[in-house]
Amino acid sequence: MVRNAAGRMIPEEIDGRRLRPFAGAHADRGGGRKAAPPVRAVADYGNKLRASLDEAIEACNLADGATVSFHHHLRNGDGLVNMVVDRLAARGLRNLTLAPSALFPVHEPLVGHVESGVISHIEGSMNGPVGEACSLGKMSRCCILRSHGGRYRAIQDGDIHVDAAFIAAPQADEHGNVNGLDGPSACGVVSYGLADSLYAENVVVVTDNLVPFPNYPWPIMGGNVDHVCTVDRLGDPEQIISGTTRITRSPTRLMIAKYAAAFVDAIGIMEEPAFSFQAGAGGISLAFIKYLADIMRRKGLRADFARGGSNKYMVEMLEEGLIGWILDGQCFDLDGVRSLRENPRHVETSPFTSYCYHTKGCFATRVKAAVLGATEIDVDFNVNVNTHSDGWLLHGIGGFQDVCDAGITIVTAPVVRGRVPTIVDEVVSITTPGETIDVVVTEYGIAVNPARGDILDRLKGSALPLKTIGELHEIAIGITGKPRKPTFGDRVVCLVEYRDGTVIDAVRQLVP
Amino acid sequence: MSETKAARTGSGEKKGDILVVLEKQTSGGVSIEATSTVEALFGEQIRERAGETLRELGIEHAHLVAEDNGAYDYVIMARIEAAARRLWDVAEPGCPPARKVPVASPVRDRLRRTRLYMPGNDPNLMFGGGRYGADTVILDLEDSVAPAQKDAARVLVRNTLLSVDYAGAERIVRINPLSTEYGAADIRMIVPAGPDTILIPKCDCAGDVAAVEEIVARVEAEHGIAEPRLLMPLIETARGVLNAAEIAAASDRVCALCFGAEDFTADLGVERTREGTESFVARSLIVLGAKAAGVQAIDTVYSAFKDTEGLVESTREAMMLGFEGKGVIHPSQIEPIHEVFRPTPERIEYAKSVVAAIEEARAKGSGVATIKSKMIDRPIEMRARKILRLAGALGLLDEGDAG
Repeated sequence: MVRNAAGRMIPEEIDGRRLRPFAGAHADRGGGRKAAPPVRAVADYGNKLRASLDEAIEACNLADGATVSFHHHLRNGDGLVNMVVDRLAARGLRNLTLAPSALFPVHEPLVGHVESGVISHIEGSMNGPVGEACSLGKMSRCCILRSHGGRYRAIQDGDIHVDAAFIAAPQADEHGNVNGLDGPSACGVVSYGLADSLYAENVVVVTDNLVPFPNYPWPIMGGNVDHVCTVDRLGDPEQIISGTTRITRSPTRLMIAKYAAAFVDAIGIMEEPAFSFQAGAGGISLAFIKYLADIMRRKGLRADFARGGSNKYMVEMLEEGLIGWILDGQCFDLDGVRSLRENPRHVETSPFTSYCYHTKGCFATRVKAAVLGATEIDVDFNVNVNTHSDGWLLHGIGGFQDVCDAGITIVTAPVVRGRVPTIVDEVVSITTPGETIDVVVTEYGIAVNPARGDILDRLKGSALPLKTIGELHEIAIGITGKPRKPTFGDRVVCLVEYRDGTVIDAVRQLVP
Repeated sequence: MSETKAARTGSGEKKGDILVVLEKQTSGGVSIEATSTVEALFGEQIRERAGETLRELGIEHAHLVAEDNGAYDYVIMARIEAAARRLWDVAEPGCPPARKVPVASPVRDRLRRTRLYMPGNDPNLMFGGGRYGADTVILDLEDSVAPAQKDAARVLVRNTLLSVDYAGAERIVRINPLSTEYGAADIRMIVPAGPDTILIPKCDCAGDVAAVEEIVARVEAEHGIAEPRLLMPLIETARGVLNAAEIAAASDRVCALCFGAEDFTADLGVERTREGTESFVARSLIVLGAKAAGVQAIDTVYSAFKDTEGLVESTREAMMLGFEGKGVIHPSQIEPIHEVFRPTPERIEYAKSVVAAIEEARAKGSGVATIKSKMIDRPIEMRARKILRLAGALGLLDEGDAG
């Protein structure tokens, strides 16, 4: 074990792989060469259309221990992951590495495949029941959590080699050109599958909406695709666009959103040239977008672009002219899908363009203010979005670490959730180091990271309720009482990888 | 001594609450079974606190089953005490949590633009209520609490007063009418916890005020509370409206008259309308009665809480009639109401010029001040000073601007 720069004890090696301990948010300077997919020739790609999903799987020649990957744009409506893994299990394959960009409660059946040894572990992201199985030590190998940008980097850098990428395609042609703009499973953006399409050994496009060539636009290009097949349904349309698309009605959360918008207003960055922002789809984030729009309207201001997670409120701002562009990483509702389809200023972006650390610059660094939610924040501003306070692995990283490259990173959270304090002395596990978090906004006040003296200067004379992070912690504990810490065993069941490929934390098996 | 063997209080489904089922036993000591949504972090603390509570209540033999949904300690204690009170004669003071919030020093003439109603048996709503910027909060034991839960709500409201910081808001408890079996018991349990003000529902005459005052004064004396709690009569009957003036003058403790439109329209046997025509005269009489006695007048709630336009209109009208505030049933109503009551910069500037002209005239020994050759008489001066007081309280004045 070694102590990394975030102060966490990290194994030096796991499952035969040497680990690099986290050394600081921007310590890594790249190096080496990118991975390369096999070179293929047009002569072998006459007709890519396979008669069935089974034939497409057969054509991939998978063996025990293979790595299969998926994107998660169909979210909790996705049917493809379960469909494919069931078939792989039926073929008798074992010890597979599952590399999804995210999982959802709908993927609970995977737990059975973990228990029976079909899946050895997960690299990428886990949610809900699969995360619980990991916490209980049910995976035979150590899982790895990666951010969206980190996952792109890992595939690009060859840290993970995908044997077969299965790309759920709401709309595809038989050449393999894919977009998510239409069809029964329309989900808008599909670019979480981009890295997989570029670097995997075999790329399979699975669609329930085969359209005549050419299917344009083609965020996933047919020139990277080996096989195309159709299924009756990719998933449940009701659940595909199920993101948290309603503004919260909780007065506490509305208050937090209002403080966050007032903070962005108070520091004066909206009046400066090239203002831009990013906010997710949670209830607080949506309310933040709405309040920000109110302020911009009142003051006659405009943002050059917004990075999304697109949603109804962002689309309204685009159509009203309050923002110049939406640079979109995923569509959270049907308004987002419609706008992406119809509005030339609503543009599909990928983890490569937006988030990846091993690129020649990504959009995240151009965002002036970003608003994110979190499970826990500690007095050193470290943030945890992966484990609950009681130690269970329940969430993926999403774009969290990547978004923190924004000019000002604002984390919003109520001080207490259901008696569980959110502002803690030490987070259960670290997703993102405190050095990348600038401001924490709660219903009891706003804490600015002391490292950001420039922000504090801008707030001089402001009427906003400024507190120190320590004061917010005291308030939280004053309300809840001091909680016990969860009990962990010694075995490391999951690594939290930082976006540069170093290990920022190691999560131990839970002793419930 | 009750013959009942078991009692249930609280809820396992409501966030921030706990379901307590307490069984009376004749032997075997105390046993506790508790599940919790926060078991890993607080399970042990919950069981410890439950044991302590029973011990302090002097209960030797009981079986307690609890289903916790993230309740704070003072809520857990309230639920257990309320259950215990149904099974045993619990000696006062029962088992109140350690006081975190001091006994209030009531302020008679303070901002009361908004008074937020919170149901007295809902721990989660009462916990959050202090954060939304209402000038006053009302912990309600009356209409929002079912008869079977009156006793449980009473203990919970007491514990809430002792534990929750309402960030400077006036803390008002609406008791049940003294004509019910609950009213006097409400006062006995609530007043020692030190709220600012008691809201007297269905107040019909000066005698109703006097009756409450007598019990409140007695409890204050017994508990060494030196500063008298204030009283706020809620007028919601035809009779009460006609007696508004005597009610307002019934006691020095009366700080404001409130109007309750729901019960009033029911008393009249008419529908409540958006325009409020049916209560126009009543509202005016209440304002007149209050002003004649030198106390504030506060308007009823606006029930359609999603209709912000209607709320703003209704608040403007209330302000024009002479009301100083409105009732609030949802936090989202607070800001629009405060916005209406906020004096405009123009009015503040005008008020400043009025006061400046008067002071200049007085300094010169002249009894008459004028602005743009218009004479400033006493009412104009008083109105100007009131605007400046409000502006000052809202932080709208620069340093040095006298009120």
